[in-house]
Amino acid sequence: MADDKDVLRDVWFGRIPTCFTLYQDEITEREAEPFYLLLPRMSYLTLVTDKVKKHFLKVMKAEDIEEMWFDFEGTSLKWHYPIGLLFDLHASNTALPWSITVHFKNFPERDLLHCPSNSVIEAHFMSSIKEADALKHKSQVINDMQKKDHKQLWMGLQNDKFDQFWAMNRKLMEYPTEEGGFRYIPFRIYLTMSDRPFIQKLFRPISPDGHTHTLGDLLKEVYPVAIPNDDESKRYQVVIHGIEPLLETPLQWLSEHLSHPDNFLHISVIPVPSD
Amino acid sequence: MSVSLLWAVDVYGRVYSLSTGGQQWEQCHDAVLEFKRVTAVQQCCWGIACDHHIYLNVHSSDVPIRYQEETYENQRWNPKDNFSDHLLPSDRWHWSDITGLEHQPLDSFLLPSTNWEWEGDWYIDENFGGEPTEKGGWTYALDFPATYTKDKKWNSCVRRRRWIRYRRYKATDTWAKIPSEGHSGPLPDPFNDISCGGWEISEEPRGRLSLWAVSLQGKVWFREGIHHHSPEGEGWEEVSLPGEVVQISCGPGDLVWAVLWEGQLIVREGITRDCPQGSSWVVVDSPNPEAGAIHVAVGDNVVWAVTKDNKVWFRRGINSHNPCGSGWIGMVGEMVMVNVGLNDQVWGISCVDRAVYFRQGVTSSELSGKAWKAVNVPRDGDIRSHSSASISSLHSAGCFFSGEVQAQSPPPIDPDEVALGEPEAKCPPPALVLSPSLSGGLGDPQWSNVDLEETQTHLAVGPAVVRGDSADTCSLSSVATYTLCQGEPYGADEHPLWAWVSGGGCGVNCHSQLNWFNSATALASSVQSMSLSISPAQTAAWRKQIFEQLSERSKREMDHFKHYEQAVEQSVWVKKGAMQWWRDWKPHKWVDVRFALEQFSGPEGNQDGILFLYYNFNEEKKYLHAFINEVTILVPVLNDSKHTFAVYTAERTKQRWPIRLAAATEVEMHDWLALLSVSCCDSRGIQGPPSKQAIWSVTCKGDIFVCEPSPSLEACPYPTPCDQMFWRQVGGHLRLVECNSLGVVWGVGYDHTAWVYTGYGGGFFQGLASSTDNIFTQTDVKCVYIYENQRWNPVTGYTNRGLPTDRYMWSDATGLQECTKANAKPPSPHWTWVADWTIDYGISGGTDREGWQYAADFPRSYHGHKTLKDFVRRRRWARKCKLTTTGPWQEVPPIPLSDVTIVLCGAQSSVEPIPLWAISNKGDVLCRLGVTLLTPAGTSWLHVGTDQPFKSISIGGANQVWAIARDGSAFYRGSVSSESPAGDCWYHIPCPERQKLQQVSVGRTSVYTVDQNGNLWFRQGLTPSYPQGSSWEHICNNVRKVSVGPLDQVWIIADKVQGSHSLSCGTVCHRLGVQPMEPKGQSWDYGIGVRLFNLTSNPDPNPSTCF
Repeated sequence: MADDKDVLRDVWFGRIPTCFTLYQDEITEREAEPFYLLLPRMSYLTLVTDKVKKHFLKVMKAEDIEEMWFDFEGTSLKWHYPIGLLFDLHASNTALPWSITVHFKNFPERDLLHCPSNSVIEAHFMSSIKEADALKHKSQVINDMQKKDHKQLWMGLQNDKFDQFWAMNRKLMEYPTEEGGFRYIPFRIYLTMSDRPFIQKLFRPISPDGHTHTLGDLLKEVYPVAIPNDDESKRYQVVIHGIEPLLETPLQWLSEHLSHPDNFLHISVIPVPSD
Repeated sequence: MSVSLLWAVDVYGRVYSLSTGGQQWEQCHDAVLEFKRVTAVQQCCWGIACDHHIYLNVHSSDVPIRYQEETYENQRWNPKDNFSDHLLPSDRWHWSDITGLEHQPLDSFLLPSTNWEWEGDWYIDENFGGEPTEKGGWTYALDFPATYTKDKKWNSCVRRRRWIRYRRYKATDTWAKIPSEGHSGPLPDPFNDISCGGWEISEEPRGRLSLWAVSLQGKVWFREGIHHHSPEGEGWEEVSLPGEVVQISCGPGDLVWAVLWEGQLIVREGITRDCPQGSSWVVVDSPNPEAGAIHVAVGDNVVWAVTKDNKVWFRRGINSHNPCGSGWIGMVGEMVMVNVGLNDQVWGISCVDRAVYFRQGVTSSELSGKAWKAVNVPRDGDIRSHSSASISSLHSAGCFFSGEVQAQSPPPIDPDEVALGEPEAKCPPPALVLSPSLSGGLGDPQWSNVDLEETQTHLAVGPAVVRGDSADTCSLSSVATYTLCQGEPYGADEHPLWAWVSGGGCGVNCHSQLNWFNSATALASSVQSMSLSISPAQTAAWRKQIFEQLSERSKREMDHFKHYEQAVEQSVWVKKGAMQWWRDWKPHKWVDVRFALEQFSGPEGNQDGILFLYYNFNEEKKYLHAFINEVTILVPVLNDSKHTFAVYTAERTKQRWPIRLAAATEVEMHDWLALLSVSCCDSRGIQGPPSKQAIWSVTCKGDIFVCEPSPSLEACPYPTPCDQMFWRQVGGHLRLVECNSLGVVWGVGYDHTAWVYTGYGGGFFQGLASSTDNIFTQTDVKCVYIYENQRWNPVTGYTNRGLPTDRYMWSDATGLQECTKANAKPPSPHWTWVADWTIDYGISGGTDREGWQYAADFPRSYHGHKTLKDFVRRRRWARKCKLTTTGPWQEVPPIPLSDVTIVLCGAQSSVEPIPLWAISNKGDVLCRLGVTLLTPAGTSWLHVGTDQPFKSISIGGANQVWAIARDGSAFYRGSVSSESPAGDCWYHIPCPERQKLQQVSVGRTSVYTVDQNGNLWFRQGLTPSYPQGSSWEHICNNVRKVSVGPLDQVWIIADKVQGSHSLSCGTVCHRLGVQPMEPKGQSWDYGIGVRLFNLTSNPDPNPSTCF
């Protein structure tokens, strides 16, 4: 029988095969070969693309290089979103490998944050974890941890160490049994066609009368459009980690098992492809 | 959680019960009569019906109540008739009791009441002290009374034999009338109140209860002789009183309080083991001088009272030394009555809406609890009224989506105020408005106990509440239904109206998860809690969907792209910490060390690691290391001063000298243990739950371990040595564990609770190394014992002044360690005390009335009565402590077990029944029905009759069931098959010469037993046509326990195994050279010496790997 622990592993070891190609207008000394890489879904683009940078630097002049950034079919890819989320949101129904264009010029200041070093990613990652724990445990768990424990979470993500990360992260996933779940579920719902970056509200895993809240309950509350009416065909896909969980999946379980390392449940709502 | 019942009576006299696992009141349909009151304990419920007679409802159990009647047939030899019924005039009766003093012919035995039936006819007992006797069951002696032997000698002049017959209590799950007869004929007046309790006063006789009753004239009666074998009791005895009593309440222990007509309370004193009805009364004043008490309810250490103005009061300062307490505290809420159930939990009936309320937050440290909460479940057959459902959802809407939690707990309310404003009470708004005016406007309601007229006028005012005959009974029972119902906004069909509630049989505590308080009935969850076998969560569609989609995703996104480069390269990861280490060389002591675990990817991509221990020796930095893939077991060794654990490798097992480490805190130790355990499993490629072929064992501390058998374990001629087997821990706490090769695993706790295995994880393996479902809270209870020792001197008799050479006056069993009540500690920090010290009367050898055992000197054999030669005495004190942990175990209620056995292999399909036998803690032999792969917990017990209690049982191949009785004799059960799972009869197998057997284990064909002196015996001559075998053959000694596998592999727990550093106790050993033609094997292979004292083995059942 498959077990919940296997879900954690499957989620952690999710990889997206990616083909990086240099933007056609970039000036190169010779032709740039595309670069193929397995990107961890749980990580961040700028954290795992050192190899990409090295690969393209070989064919470029140093003076032509500014901060590296990526786009997919014209959409600039936000590094501060987990890779898996970017893929689900923008490319989930396209052919694999995922074709990402690499830029070294014309940084889209309006769309993207700068990422001068890994410590920026670390700061972003840790602030997400802290925010999530504020929702889950009034920050009690994260505040009880020591500096080295925080470091262990980050190093676990950075070095792709499942055991190292989860040895610490499990504490963030605990809750008093009598309460049946976290205080609030840290989640974000992303829409491709909206101007808002994402929806985030306070939502409890258990209703006041003791019912378990499900994914469907959450959507009904914060984004009812995503739920198909009885008579119409499905218009939206609700995707987490490249899969579409059933709407009756308990939210608490999702939060414990399908959250990203930043402890948020990142949910993409994307239109059903019209093929 | 074991399911138990809350009992209640509504105002129409209908009796209902509510199961802790259920969500609706079930009406007791077989009650022909209306009832006034009920008082429940775990095994039964007593009630007073409208005919004022007392009725008893004994809950049915898989083990019936049966009583063994015995009588002796005596004969004397004379030359003419040989042995005959012609006895000498000076002799005993031809039919007599064991002493010969009572005349007891077979036909003098009558059933005690119509609630009993005979199980069969009289038959002769052929077992004599564990030995089968000659045909006819005769035992011979020179003369009466004398020593009997089973062999007839030349000088045997008399003989006797024992006849036995069982009677069975048949009136279970039905209301059986108890004749109201005292010592001198029928009681003069009918009963008015009843209260049952007192089961904690004494364990002898088993299931003893105290039943107190109040008659209409205010007299109090005590029912005598109620115990397990006599559920109805024997007769009523009047208890003298200082006044007339209206109501009485009896707690689980020695607390008994009653209410007088005048409104004072009386407390019974002098209740002891020898005198359960107590000796005298003490008067306690009513909490409110203006309004006398009308109701009292007592528990273990609490007293609650209700006064005439319906205020609820809590008595402060109650304990076993002071049953009267010290003062009253007014509580919030107005109640008609309150009742204290198990664990001092409190139930009440509100005087406003007549609903049953539960007192939330009652714990041993906060006995008064926090708030009243309405039990809000429908009655069977009721259609839920929509109004109440919508009210509660209105209430809940308040904190929906608001940023902060709305005031969940009530604002502090002055006890003098009417307390219905509590949000928890979920009282509908009209009641909120009405109630203050009710108490304010009417002032002190004119309360009167027999004034029926007034009652009825008030009832007339209250619209459509109580009608007709039930009003009479209610008023007679002095439950004030009267003014309280005024302004009651509901019709009777709107809201259930309750008159009485009894929680004495309801095993809840403040942590229990109950589904009683939500109006919405989430039936699915109740189904989940009932079903032991498959939890719906595991098989829910959403979960399946996630598993399927994740594996699809892996296929889609990864399978074709494996040749791509990984974005992140693997690297070494180190975790460091500080610990203390028990130094390997002398002088042994704890030294500070730095501790590091280095993990890296092994050559085949699997994780591996090295453990480093850095220490200083003679100013020199040194280190010790162990490869993670060589670690064989990690054992937490809790003691009261340090949080320690031991790391074993094969080499260190041979030396009997593990790496012993101590962490600074318990949390730190658990972090390390979890991490080390995961990395050991990773390095060996072990993931997920134990396989079905796993070998299970428990340590003497109750920790549970499993070992994955490798195909080479039974390889011939070079099997894996025992010391290289890798054991990993599973959460939970058990005294023994049994498994079969199909993955069915049962365990028994120290408190005899039966548990069935559901998954893996729990304990300190939280989160990461644990399955999140199928992990349940597990508790275990055991006793810590200390001894009080005294010496006799001519001046003062027995005192606690011993000779200078004597043992400590408070000591452990050996007398070498001083153990006082104050300094004795629970076994580890995980255990907490749950009771106070009590005298243990159950110690072997017997005790006197104060628990003393006498002997000529320390340390000698002790006996339970004083003789002239006795100069010392001792008594044993016991204190219960409790462990709460988590593990993949679910309780199998309700029968406590002492042994269990599961057939090792056999069932091929998932629905084929798997034979499982057990022995209850009372020695009953039980056969579990309905055990299959899908339902490992089975459905019910089938009781298998025996003539004496049993202690060990084992079922092997071809349905061979062997068992050991408490007297040390062995039995074989005949004709056990899948058609007849319980078999037909017992065959008595003689013991080895002068040995009492202790434990038995049966493999495919082999039968091994261990006797009380640690000898291991093999049964010879077993053939399919003669499965009982012919004789016992001695194999070896110093054996504590034996376990035989499905291929007749033999595993033992051995004592006194020599290691290079020390002797070890409780070593797992494996018999080498076991062959089909040589089932006894040749020699032992000694394994881990971690004091594993129990084991069940069934390595790979695939014969090709073995033979």
